[in-house]
Amino acid sequence: MSDSFLTSPLGALEYAPAPESASLARLRDSYGLFIDGSFTEPHSVSDTVNPATGERLALYTRASSEDVDAAVRSARRAYEMVWRDMPGSERAKYLYRIARLIQERSRELAVVETLDNGKPIRETRDVDIPLAAAHFFYYAGWADKLGYAGFGPAPRPLGVAGQVIPWNFPLLMAAWKLAPALAAGNTCVLKPAETTPLSALVLADILRQAELPPGVVNIVTGDGVTGADLVSHPGVDKIAFTGSTEVGRIIQRVAARAGRHLTLELGGKGANIVFEDAPLDEVIEGIIDGIFFNQGHVCCAGSRLLVEESMADEVLRRLRRRMDQLRVGDPLDKNTDVGAINSAAQLAKITELTEAGEREGAERYSASCVLPDRGYWFAPTVFSNVSQTHRIAREEIFGPVLSVLTFRTPDEAVAKANNTPYGLACGVWSEKGSRTLWVAERLKAGVVWANTYNQFDPTSPFGGVRESGFGREGGRQGLEAYLDV
Amino acid sequence: MSERLDVKKTYKLLIKGQFPRSESGRTYEVLDARGAFLANVARASRKDVREAVLAARGAQPGWSAASAYLKGQILYRWAEMAESRRRDLADLVISPETHDAERDVAEAIDRLVWYAGWTDKVAQVYGGANPVAGPYFNFSLPRPCGVVASFAPPSGSLVGWVDSVAAALCTGNTVLSLLSPSRPLAAFALAELTATSDLPPGVLNVLTGDPGELGEVIARHEDVDGLDLTGGDERGADLAEWAADSLKRTYRPHEGDDPTRRLRAFIDTTTVWHTVGY
Repeated sequence: MSDSFLTSPLGALEYAPAPESASLARLRDSYGLFIDGSFTEPHSVSDTVNPATGERLALYTRASSEDVDAAVRSARRAYEMVWRDMPGSERAKYLYRIARLIQERSRELAVVETLDNGKPIRETRDVDIPLAAAHFFYYAGWADKLGYAGFGPAPRPLGVAGQVIPWNFPLLMAAWKLAPALAAGNTCVLKPAETTPLSALVLADILRQAELPPGVVNIVTGDGVTGADLVSHPGVDKIAFTGSTEVGRIIQRVAARAGRHLTLELGGKGANIVFEDAPLDEVIEGIIDGIFFNQGHVCCAGSRLLVEESMADEVLRRLRRRMDQLRVGDPLDKNTDVGAINSAAQLAKITELTEAGEREGAERYSASCVLPDRGYWFAPTVFSNVSQTHRIAREEIFGPVLSVLTFRTPDEAVAKANNTPYGLACGVWSEKGSRTLWVAERLKAGVVWANTYNQFDPTSPFGGVRESGFGREGGRQGLEAYLDV
Repeated sequence: MSERLDVKKTYKLLIKGQFPRSESGRTYEVLDARGAFLANVARASRKDVREAVLAARGAQPGWSAASAYLKGQILYRWAEMAESRRRDLADLVISPETHDAERDVAEAIDRLVWYAGWTDKVAQVYGGANPVAGPYFNFSLPRPCGVVASFAPPSGSLVGWVDSVAAALCTGNTVLSLLSPSRPLAAFALAELTATSDLPPGVLNVLTGDPGELGEVIARHEDVDGLDLTGGDERGADLAEWAADSLKRTYRPHEGDDPTRRLRAFIDTTTVWHTVGY
């Protein structure tokens, strides 16, 4: 908020707004689908709105089953005629081209992503877009080295991959899905989320500029119906899904019946465990990053803070003070820390769960920021006095809401952290390396961050255990999901 | 002088290191290749399945935390015990006409030795350090997915059975194995040898019974993390679909599979980021 004041040990500070220009997005009025190397005429269009204002940004096409069928057929042709048998070194060069084009158009992509998603420009500019380019760059290098990846001398691709991605990191999730699939020699049909189709459509234009052969990547926008058409299409050999555990279960049933290869990256209820000896300033920043990064729309968010009882009061006091300093508002403003909630539906879900938290007796504190009067907003919120049976401690809120629980011993911390059907990510904060590694060994989680949180890198495998899904994205392990090995 | 009368063996279940009868008291007849009676075998109930899962879950933390060296020692010990009983095991392989029982047993033992050698190599081959762009030491470790239930191949092949349990065991999982309903004897005898191999109770649990009756209970059980559908045959798709209830990892064999595919089926990767600084 441009008119809000910060109180800090330095006194009162006021920020002048530093907005990025929305015109950099170069949005069109309406978008068709990207099938067989070109855009179709728009039809059956829906609005995609800017969640920070509630205003329409553009119209996008809801792909019909015929469209999905055309996309899968195109991918099949491209697989059999071009991509599968192309030398890996040539596939690599296409991926390098894509990586470079993303870097070249990064400012445009950052603005598009911020407009469509509601996340702060600081995050799209510094995290989403650079990481998306880095993923293409990393997997490009694998395309001609698959025989050295540890899956036998000549691992084969799976065929046509149907990929369904969520709205929280639209371009980054597209990169996580497309880059390893293409490097391994598969062709793709990608279905972006219904509330955030735009950055994938800019990516389609980038694929055109890269002269990627037609059909190697097809992008079909739409809602859940389009997604269901894609995952149940008989021409798809491999399904990759990132989204809710609820939908993941349904997709696993479909894939099991049809005998398709499947990887799932689903929900989480990550525990961020803070021991008494942890460096407090870093801990507070880590907690803030863990839950308020991307408005908490992060499957691996540190949404349960487990803090050693002896320091709980001090952590809470400092956490609340830090929350009051978060700048919530215009996502295009480069000073903004926390942007808009992605959709009215998500805002309703967050509101419902936080009301349940209050009803069940947890103590609520929300940051004292002033929220804009239009668009979808939710103030950063922390609940204390939370018990393990409360819904806010068990269910994934997927919003800027933190539940604080306490523990007395490392055993109790591990038991509480693991007391969830999920197992995506956890944080551990301590200066004692032996204890950190002891805890990490016992956490049921696919990723453990020690004295940090929400770090991502293309070389680092990401994915869950238990009901957070299976398969890994990133690293050498990420190739396995797209090879018949 | 009269010939000595054989002492016949009673086949039971293997749950938590003990050999109980089915709590249901039920048995069924196992016949040899010519249709002659061989033994009455315990017919496990749903409750026996639940007991076996409980035993496997209870043994999970200990087995996964045991050093890779110790796990290898124990599995190798199991192979040693089997080697000394080769002839007995071969007698129990109920062979379809052309099947060579002695060769099946020899291969099964060799396969056990192969898996024993994997225990301390899995982390090196499938894990490693990742060169992330930042001041972090980042490493990935393969870890067991937990409790694996396996359906043994209906052929009764001892090699096939060893594959269906040892791949999961050597990566630190604990196992519930449902044997081939018509040819369970050799596998059960091999499983009995774990009692003299220092395999901790509950790490391997073995049931005999009707897969048609027990398959759904096993596939839907929420405390089973992985499903080896080697012996799932025509019900494989049903079992795989039920497994989706709790998002289990499933392995369905394909023609010409590399043997490491099964090995990799029941490991999850945990990646740890640790800050570097002073």
